[in-house]
Amino acid sequence: MFNYIVRRILVMIPTLIVISALVFIIIQLPPGDYFTTYMNELQSRGEKVDAAKLEFLKQQYGFDKPMIEQYFVWATGLLVGDFGYSFEFSRPVSEVVGDRLWLSFIVSFTTILFTWMVSFPIGVYSAVRQYSVGDYTLTFFGFLGLATPNFLLALILQWMAFSYFGTSIGGLMDPQYMDAAWSVDKMLSVLEHLWVPVLVIGTSGTAGMIRRLRANLLDELHKQYYITAKAKGLPPGKALIKYPLRMALNPFIADIGNLLPEVISGAAIVSIVLSLPTTGPMLLNALQSQDMYLAGSFLMFLATLTVIGTLISDLALAVLDPRIRIGGGAAK
Amino acid sequence: MTDAPIEHYVNKAEFNPESAVTLTPEQERYYMASQWRLMWWKLRRHRLAVISGIFLAAIYLSIVISEVLAPYNLHARNTRYLYSPPQSVHLFDDGKFVGPFVYGIKASLNLERLQWTYSEDTSDVQKIRYLCVGDDYKGASYLFWGLFPGSFHLFCPAKDGQLFLLGTDRLGRDVLSRIIYGARISLTIGLIGIAISFTMGLTIGGLAGYYGGFIDAVVQRIIEVIRSFPSLPLWMALSAILPVTWSPILVFAGITVILGMLDWPGLARAVRSKLLALREEDFCTAAELMGAKPSRIIGKHLLPSFMSHLIASATLSIPSMILGETALSFLGLGLRPPITSWGVLLNEAQNISVVALYPWLMYPVVPVICIVLAFQFFGDGLRDAADPYK
Repeated sequence: MFNYIVRRILVMIPTLIVISALVFIIIQLPPGDYFTTYMNELQSRGEKVDAAKLEFLKQQYGFDKPMIEQYFVWATGLLVGDFGYSFEFSRPVSEVVGDRLWLSFIVSFTTILFTWMVSFPIGVYSAVRQYSVGDYTLTFFGFLGLATPNFLLALILQWMAFSYFGTSIGGLMDPQYMDAAWSVDKMLSVLEHLWVPVLVIGTSGTAGMIRRLRANLLDELHKQYYITAKAKGLPPGKALIKYPLRMALNPFIADIGNLLPEVISGAAIVSIVLSLPTTGPMLLNALQSQDMYLAGSFLMFLATLTVIGTLISDLALAVLDPRIRIGGGAAK
Repeated sequence: MTDAPIEHYVNKAEFNPESAVTLTPEQERYYMASQWRLMWWKLRRHRLAVISGIFLAAIYLSIVISEVLAPYNLHARNTRYLYSPPQSVHLFDDGKFVGPFVYGIKASLNLERLQWTYSEDTSDVQKIRYLCVGDDYKGASYLFWGLFPGSFHLFCPAKDGQLFLLGTDRLGRDVLSRIIYGARISLTIGLIGIAISFTMGLTIGGLAGYYGGFIDAVVQRIIEVIRSFPSLPLWMALSAILPVTWSPILVFAGITVILGMLDWPGLARAVRSKLLALREEDFCTAAELMGAKPSRIIGKHLLPSFMSHLIASATLSIPSMILGETALSFLGLGLRPPITSWGVLLNEAQNISVVALYPWLMYPVVPVICIVLAFQFFGDGLRDAADPYK
């Protein structure tokens, strides 16, 4: 087990390195840089630009150095928590980002919890009562949830709340807590607002999860060991929980690896629609204004979150499933 | 009771010792059918999938003749009717049957709220015309496929009348017509994107699965890295790279390539695992011994055995591309006008206060959801049909 954990964590390191290189390439790719764009903008407004000052700024931030060197400076900075400098805000990225990373994390984490809590009972129910009215109804809603893109769902919900109740469901806390320090009241306010984004982001993931759990459990229910268990007189509940449910649960955990990128993607766009103070809106902004280090750290953060989530799901799977534990993860 | 012994029963009919092995015509048809035919028979029984398939085929056919289906051309502006609400179709005027018609729109300026308000003018009955030719209302003429001028429409407003079944937008353009035109872009993006991702998935997954070893390890790592990226932020970052100076057509191409380039890992993975299993089979060794080249073995012997499965999974990933484009354009990072897709249309609905005033701007949501649902059902049906063990 210990070996497995160590190996799994070691595999993560090259992945993260490649991801960081990729992120760096992506944020470097746009033609020109922030200063050139900025200068063009100023010029188009008819303002004068001091070329010497521009050169100085470029030198200051190492834009004149070769790519590789820039990457190393950036990547080693990441390790010690120095995310670079945001040009647009003229402040270090870590200051600009502030609570956003945490709030992003909270939203994603709660969404996953929500997905589990909702899809588990529903999935089990519709497998055990296959082809019942309840199963059909839930399957229909599941498909609808799967087909409705979450940002459109956010838009529709927001529109309904706006036109029927006259309130805005956007934001993640009451306005007075916006810049306040963290306190119990602020936490409560966040929790109060959290359900809308969680519901919106979680819908499609939940629908998918329900379908997978249902399919897996159905496969198990048709196997002979379950028939034997029932034949020897185990009460239905016990027969279900003791054997097939455990088998069907495996993919449930393994799926976090698939679910997490989906949730994080969803969170990014939904938070733009609902204007949540998470990473999404700021990432969009940073991408549009070529604020490269800001955009880079957000991308890096989101990717890291996914990688760590996958790691946790792999470890949880190893705890649950002796086959993976004993195999030492050699298969994967 | 009779005492007569029971007669020994003998079947007088001629005995055919091969009756157990001869097949009935139906059985023969079934046993001789090709894999694709079997799949088709199975698919046909899946009613929801068939309906979805027909729906998709109809929609895809419609994009060929968008110009004829839409009452207005894409850029026709009715400057007198900005943000005009949808007109409803009536059949009876004053208790008299007229056939499908709409009432004219009366526009008046509300000086308190400083906006135009529109109401039905019940004295102005405008019959909807069918199969009409002629440039006798604003926005009737078009260039078919951007090449041939024409003015034939399936249905159109009365002479010099208006027909805004789904309202108009900020510039007074008919929302329904724009949705019909938008289908063209939104749907082709899915197809081109999947073509790119399919080719890449087949090639890369094929190489990794057939050769294994070092290539396989490299491909596996690449797939892992791409899959561990949340797709939307990555799309956002990549589409932000496209230079602002590019023409809308180039941006369209760029976005399609981006969507296709990031979708292949799933397919490649499926191809790889199937190939790994299949290349150990005897028929593969036989082909190798007869001196077939790897490309021939992969293409001629290995791929066909799981092609149907691949096509089914490709069908299931088309909607994610359509949604990806919609999301990007909605955020303003994707396609740009004058290219019109559903996402570009929804971009106008981004501001919630605008949507609250003019809810009909949200109509493009409906076709998006319908298309995605249809692909989902159709793909599910295909996958079940392609599975020989079901």
